[in-house]
Amino acid sequence: MHRLEILFRLAWRNLWRNHRRTLIMLMAVVLGTWAMIFMTALMRGMVTDVVKDGISALPGHVQVHHPDYRDDPSVANLIAVSDADLSARFNAAGFVKWATRVRVPAVITSEYDSRGVTLLGVDPEYERDLTFVDYDSVSGRFLESADDSGIVIGKKLAETLNTKVGKRIVLMSQDPDNDIADRGFRVVGMFEANIKAFEENYVFAGKTTVQKMLRIGDQVSELVVLGGDYRDVEAEYNKTVELIDGSGEVKRWFELDPYLGSMLGVMDGFVLVWIIVIFLALSFGLVNTLVMAVFERVREIGLMLALGMRPINILGQIVVESSLLLAIGLAIGTGLSWASVQPIKDGIDISIVGDGLDMWGMSSVLYPELLLSDVILANVVVLVLGFLASLSPAWRAANYEPIEAITKV
Amino acid sequence: MTAVRCVDLCKTYRQGEEDIKALDHVSIDIAEGGFVCLSAPSGGGKTTLLNAIGGLDKPDSGEIYIAGRRIDNLSKGELAELRLRQIGFVFQAFNLIPVLTARENVEFVMQVQGVPAGERQKLAGEILDEVGLAGLDDRRPADMSGGQQQRVAVARAIVSRPELVLADEPTANLDSKTADGLMELFRELNEHHHTTFVIATHDKRVMSYAKRLIRMLDGRIVDDIVQDAA
Repeated sequence: MHRLEILFRLAWRNLWRNHRRTLIMLMAVVLGTWAMIFMTALMRGMVTDVVKDGISALPGHVQVHHPDYRDDPSVANLIAVSDADLSARFNAAGFVKWATRVRVPAVITSEYDSRGVTLLGVDPEYERDLTFVDYDSVSGRFLESADDSGIVIGKKLAETLNTKVGKRIVLMSQDPDNDIADRGFRVVGMFEANIKAFEENYVFAGKTTVQKMLRIGDQVSELVVLGGDYRDVEAEYNKTVELIDGSGEVKRWFELDPYLGSMLGVMDGFVLVWIIVIFLALSFGLVNTLVMAVFERVREIGLMLALGMRPINILGQIVVESSLLLAIGLAIGTGLSWASVQPIKDGIDISIVGDGLDMWGMSSVLYPELLLSDVILANVVVLVLGFLASLSPAWRAANYEPIEAITKV
Repeated sequence: MTAVRCVDLCKTYRQGEEDIKALDHVSIDIAEGGFVCLSAPSGGGKTTLLNAIGGLDKPDSGEIYIAGRRIDNLSKGELAELRLRQIGFVFQAFNLIPVLTARENVEFVMQVQGVPAGERQKLAGEILDEVGLAGLDDRRPADMSGGQQQRVAVARAIVSRPELVLADEPTANLDSKTADGLMELFRELNEHHHTTFVIATHDKRVMSYAKRLIRMLDGRIVDDIVQDAA
């Protein structure tokens, strides 16, 4: 305890012996830490944006389908349990959000053109927080109920089909007997999406209306569950498996979209590499500072050894000195990165550099995401690697011969 | 009881093309409570002998005993512990740790020894008074004269009452009045606490305080005189 006290006192005072050198090194650590954490927050924000957009592109966190639906997403592969039965089971389960949908490929035709689309038969009351469409921003209106007879299409699709709100279109698909199932709809609304491809690919109609058109009774294609945090969906998954009880195939979002799921793992690896690369740049300065500090203090290190301080205590003193420098730099750098994120936490408009961002599933507004786990990772990596980097000069200091050191000119 | 025993010590340094015999078959016994001055011209071997006795330098051959324990074959850690617990050092120059105040420098050895803070501070205050540095406790070495620094070093060497004090030219940077005061203090410690002193010096006044004067030349003992101290 007494030795520890003297080690800290010596380390602290030696740290400020050469103010300028310490401040320069401190600035480097602060900037490095800021760059590690702030840039990670931006990258996390991008990935989260992509993942959330991906999830809002209808998969939710957990989905249920017929086991063959993912290979053949047609009306032939519907969930075996009726919609009413599913409602009874899931309404009582306490999920944050959930919904059932009819989701089949279809062809939409206006008087000018036709396109292949994905038809979504939805109940707007359940669908509100599960979809990428903001009901309040829809030009015209969104669907009002499951038996609404209108259709809502994307703005880009409307341009392609040369149609608009109030005009009629025809939707055509197949029923379970492979007969043509078609119906005329009036366009009641046009939506805009962050990802422009969604505006061309998805059309929304009332679930009951679509069930009637496809002659599938009270059956649906998919059930979607949304939990609290997309990173941890195990509770929702397990509960859904229990409720479905073998009547359908239950998949987590990252199983439904492996590309999207792999982004999280890639990002975690990238963050670690990024932190280590910045640390390596810092370590040159750190080791140089410590080597200089040791070199300047050879005689007093010799004196301390001569007076009976053990080599391990000399090593400890240099390591403590390095750790204090890093700890101060990390604290300021972490604080600075937190302060940098605060003014932009409501999003930065990156549309000026964002042409084509939607190709990558990204929106034009970037929301930085400062994760406690990233802050801890950056701090721990720098402290641990800093400790290792300081061992070399510390070892050198601890191994001086006292009499040689004390007489060194 | 013998405080220091050296048996047939040899130490050779290489200087350029030449081998310098710093210790040439040196054997001495210093009794507990001894007050010994080592005197030699520059390069005569007195500092080498002092460093060997203090475990700071290893002889090429021979044996060294402190309080009956052989020390020339101890490890670095064991030697550090020996110096910490049993030996007080006063070096000729660069005696103090620059980032510590006078009081902290005096407390340094006690702190490494694990002496509680209260006792440490009391002893440090008393010894600084004794060496005439009352009121300078909070000064750092850079703010003190050479003489004041040397007195702080002496205070540090004797504050924990070691069995043996090794001093290399302790009065080199002191005026005559301060040097006399310091030697009086050494003698008092020697007489009242039976602390053994081995002092390497050129200073004739310092030699006059010694009970035993060992003269060296070219690494050999040429004279060993028991004398009446001043």
